[in-house]
Amino acid sequence: MSKSYLDLDQTHCAIGHPKTAFWQWMLTVDHKRIGLMYAAVIFTFFFVAVATAFAMRLELFAPGAQFMDGDTFNQAFTLHGVIMIFLFIIPGVPAVFGNIVMPLMIGAKDVSFPRLNWFTFWLYITGALVALSSLWSGEGFADTGWTFYAPYSLTTNTNVITTLVAAFILGMASILTGLNFLVTIHRLRAPGMDFFKMPLFVWGIYATAWIQLLATPVIGITLVLAILEKYFGIGIFDPSKGGDPVLFEHLFWIYSHPAVYLMILPAFGIMSEIIPTFSRREVFGYRTIALSSASIAGIGYLVWGHHLYTSGMADTAKVIFSFLTFFVAIPTGIKFYDWVFTMYKGKIILTTPMLWALGTIITFTIGGLTGVTIAMVGVDIHLQDTYYTVAHFHYAMLGGVVFLLFAGLHYWFPLMFGRMYNEGHAKFAFYLNFIGFNVLWFPMFIAGYYGMPRRYFDYLPEFEIYHQISFVGAVIFITGLITMFYVLIRAIKNGEKVGPNHWNATTLEWHLPTSPPPLENHTKVPYVDFMPYEYHHGQPVVKFDYETMKRID
Amino acid sequence: MSSHAYVAEIATDRDGNEHVVQGWQDDMYGAKLGFWLFMFTEVLMFGAMFMTLTYYMMLHEADFVHASASLNRYLGGFNTVVLLISALTMGLGLLKMRHGDIKGAKTMIWATIVLAFLFLGVKGVEWSLEYSHGVFLGLDALQPGNEHSKPFGQILFFGMYFTMTGIHGVHILGGIGIMLWLLKRINSGKVTPEHHILHFNIALYWDLVHLIWVFVFPFYYMMGAGTEMDTATLSSTIEAISHLGGSNEHH
Ligand code: HEM
Ligand SMILES: [Cu+2]
Repeated sequence: MSKSYLDLDQTHCAIGHPKTAFWQWMLTVDHKRIGLMYAAVIFTFFFVAVATAFAMRLELFAPGAQFMDGDTFNQAFTLHGVIMIFLFIIPGVPAVFGNIVMPLMIGAKDVSFPRLNWFTFWLYITGALVALSSLWSGEGFADTGWTFYAPYSLTTNTNVITTLVAAFILGMASILTGLNFLVTIHRLRAPGMDFFKMPLFVWGIYATAWIQLLATPVIGITLVLAILEKYFGIGIFDPSKGGDPVLFEHLFWIYSHPAVYLMILPAFGIMSEIIPTFSRREVFGYRTIALSSASIAGIGYLVWGHHLYTSGMADTAKVIFSFLTFFVAIPTGIKFYDWVFTMYKGKIILTTPMLWALGTIITFTIGGLTGVTIAMVGVDIHLQDTYYTVAHFHYAMLGGVVFLLFAGLHYWFPLMFGRMYNEGHAKFAFYLNFIGFNVLWFPMFIAGYYGMPRRYFDYLPEFEIYHQISFVGAVIFITGLITMFYVLIRAIKNGEKVGPNHWNATTLEWHLPTSPPPLENHTKVPYVDFMPYEYHHGQPVVKFDYETMKRID
Repeated sequence: MSSHAYVAEIATDRDGNEHVVQGWQDDMYGAKLGFWLFMFTEVLMFGAMFMTLTYYMMLHEADFVHASASLNRYLGGFNTVVLLISALTMGLGLLKMRHGDIKGAKTMIWATIVLAFLFLGVKGVEWSLEYSHGVFLGLDALQPGNEHSKPFGQILFFGMYFTMTGIHGVHILGGIGIMLWLLKRINSGKVTPEHHILHFNIALYWDLVHLIWVFVFPFYYMMGAGTEMDTATLSSTIEAISHLGGSNEHH
């Protein structure tokens, strides 16, 4: 039997040649193994944050205090937000599938700097441990919200510094991942594969990597300034010394708005892989999808001010930021039309990944369009810091990014493990998730519209009904999550064995000699003289001999 | 993972033409590209700080000029020259490495390290002088609401001054660290005239570090030069330094 990258000794290590499987995993530089380890860690954190969210939902079941006081609630939403953003969704798609799949898609043996990749993973772990350490030390976890706004973050005596340090370290890890991927995509594409022959997921990762590289340093230095402010009182954000707290908000969002595209662009990349594969049709508007990723990344830099409509910014600035924000919707809209046109007259196959992708088209459309509503200054003055906004970003992040991450998980699962999960069960889990998610978050649009404020542990009795429906949704949703992971995890060991190209897909990651893939990927690097999604009568056009990687069609 | 045994693969297209495959091994260009990207992030970090500084300067111009006048232009200027020379020695070292003169390259790296320490030493003297004048993070002058409090603009100026020169100093320290590491790699034959990408990238780093200083210097030190508040003279500088050692006894 041929060996796969999961077997003993099938890895290169950063230091020496350890003999045991444990150390071979800890020291591995193989992009596929590193991606798997990221997956294990980030999904663990995801569940911690989900548990925190569930605690908040329980607390919000009825007005008044149930089992948490206000301070604990403040720490709970901060913990939830910090984990979800910095530990889960920012590394998210790039760290997992950027690592596992992107090099395979371009026909590379690994990323450009495999050791740096290993180092980056452990940097990420270090950041995570620093963040968690503040749970049990000092005055407990930060209570500022994940945004750390000055001046409150400067005066609270919870462990803000630890959290800031952690966010800084995690930022470094994100920068290094982006840097590694940029060089990889520029240098290691198989001969013949020019930029416009790359799979669209690679385009998504590419655009993301630029954001990681160009936006993260700004938050990095902002966090350093905030840390110095807290330790040494340099005064920059402290109004009692003439500093300007709104400057913190600007610097924070100069990163954090592009960061939302950093989350969604690689996720859109997953969508662009799944839709053509299960429509058995060449993707509609390949170039427009590729270039819209790039232009979203570009325009995304210029819109951060829409987070500051209520903080006393000049009116002219508000209008300009509002106008620019509408612009981002255009390339995003183009993508959605492209996907829909791809399916039109396609031969749609409703596999589990396709279901997740289709579900996301609905949920992200709601998330995206409600975003356009609060891009309008007047409307946002009313809805800022209400549950309307919270529902908007959960529709965009959970119903967009995370749903697509799950779609990718189901799509590339047979590639990663050489086995298949039970599709019936997995689809059942999808429906639970999809229904649960909408019941959980849709009522919050209404509650927010009527004035339910964000970040409050208590509320007026008239909002009770919305919170209770939402709670029911949370129960269904979390049941769905547990079912989904149970189905997948069971399949890692017991799933039915499948070959290298289970979905009849076209891109290079499906043309590997063994299933799961061997250590150094393709037997030979192919010459790429074809487009990524060539189907004819529902069958892939390009066929390879997996020994020589020569085309045999 | 030994890169010496690496032989690039060949991919053949359908017409039988052969194409060399670029592997991650032996990718000098990729390593350069990666490092340039890294330098970009440094520029953005300092860029954000300069932006902050400019913003506050526009709000408090008079205070900024006043605070700047009190900095020591002789020491700051001396350090600028030190860094410029160190950039030269670094560059010469790289040239020597390229021409196969390993011994000369090592001498130049050592010279750069010595200059870097000199820079840090002078910087330390400057900070101590400022401390002895009561101007330092955490001291009364930079806290609001007491009799020694400086005006807002000056508090912000000095806050940013210590922050930026401090972060720059950390970069110098980091530079010393990687230069020592570079020497080790040269000694163990891992960096050679044929494989000197590490040397190249460290030289690039050092260029950036000195370039940042070239912006820090005029921004902080020269703004108040030649105004009536400007009291820095060579003799007062020497006097201040000679008092530095004994300053603790006086207070
Ligand atoms: C399991 C499903 C989830 C539930 C039940 C949930 C629930 C909540 C609740 C109740 C809040 C507090 C709202 C408030 O009082 O202001 C919140 C805030 C937040 N959630 Fe979630 N959430 C979920 C998933 C996610 C995901 C997947 C993400 C991002 C990837 C996310 C990101 C955030 C952020 C950034 C905040 C704001 C924290 C802050 O105000 O600082 N959540 N969530
Ligand atoms: Cu935004």
